[in-house]
Amino acid sequence: MNKHLFDYCLALGDDSLILGQRLCEWSGHAPTIEVDLSLSNLALDLIGQATLFLGYAGEIEGKGRDADKLAFHRDAEQFRNCLVVEQPNGDFGQTMARQLIYSSYQLALLERLVESADTRIAEIAAKAVKEVRYHVELASDWVIRLGAGTEESHARMSEGMDFFWRYYDDLFATDESERALIAEGIAADKQLVREEASATIHATLDKAGIAFPELPWQIGGGRTGRHTEHLSLILAEMQVLPRAHPEASW
Amino acid sequence: MSKDWPLWEVFIRARGGLEHRHAGSVHAPDAEMALHHARDTYTRRMEGVSLWVVKSADVVASDPEQAGELFEPAVSKIYRHPTFYDLPDAVKHM
Repeated sequence: MNKHLFDYCLALGDDSLILGQRLCEWSGHAPTIEVDLSLSNLALDLIGQATLFLGYAGEIEGKGRDADKLAFHRDAEQFRNCLVVEQPNGDFGQTMARQLIYSSYQLALLERLVESADTRIAEIAAKAVKEVRYHVELASDWVIRLGAGTEESHARMSEGMDFFWRYYDDLFATDESERALIAEGIAADKQLVREEASATIHATLDKAGIAFPELPWQIGGGRTGRHTEHLSLILAEMQVLPRAHPEASW
Repeated sequence: MSKDWPLWEVFIRARGGLEHRHAGSVHAPDAEMALHHARDTYTRRMEGVSLWVVKSADVVASDPEQAGELFEPAVSKIYRHPTFYDLPDAVKHM
């Protein structure tokens, strides 16, 4: 088995899976029925991507684990998602702040993975990149409207952004295993991804009247399985049914 | 929140060459968000290839009270339907 490639696909799949699960928490609670559907659509796009990336990871591993097995039967320290996606939704402003940061990162990443030397990754990226282009547009539009809206919406949007800056470096963390894949033309260079993602976020924040700050002290570790306490809680909710009834089907 | 947002009428073109048809309505704070909401509410199952949104308040509607004078006079004028002509066989679609 190619352990580097397995880990890389897990990270790609876990990001989408955990953020998709988080966004599902808004179902029935969003400010309006239209926003409820918007967020559910984002979530379903992400869970679709997770299914493809985790399914491929399972094939690479070759031990008979499929996407469901990887999603529902691993513990927190075996997840390789970035810390941003596991953070709580907070209010709508905080949710949109996370979406702007993550989707800008994901778009810059996928636009490179479309050219990946691994054809399966390139194919999944080609499908996902169209979805994520829309995610960036939607998140940007909301951040601009809330940031440039009323005094209260501006304050909440700013607080939402502030909540996530401490996890910014973690998005772009690159270990030896990933460097090997970059050298083979399979993975994307995160430094280039970072420049592009930051430019996208910057442009939106400018229109929203919110500053792109000096980054505060950074918390990292997501890609190596060192997570915040929020991941265990979201996994407990997500995994309880398949763990209680491992062979269940419908 | 929703009650503060204006209502927008949504029109969808199902395929190239077909006309946009009314699909329903959404609440949204402005035109761009109305398009997003229309996309997320009405085109989730491949219903369309193009969207229009129009502020509901900008639609000028006929008065139901006037249905008598507006529409009933047409009922007795079936000769306006082109159904009394024999079409040559060569004409397939008319």
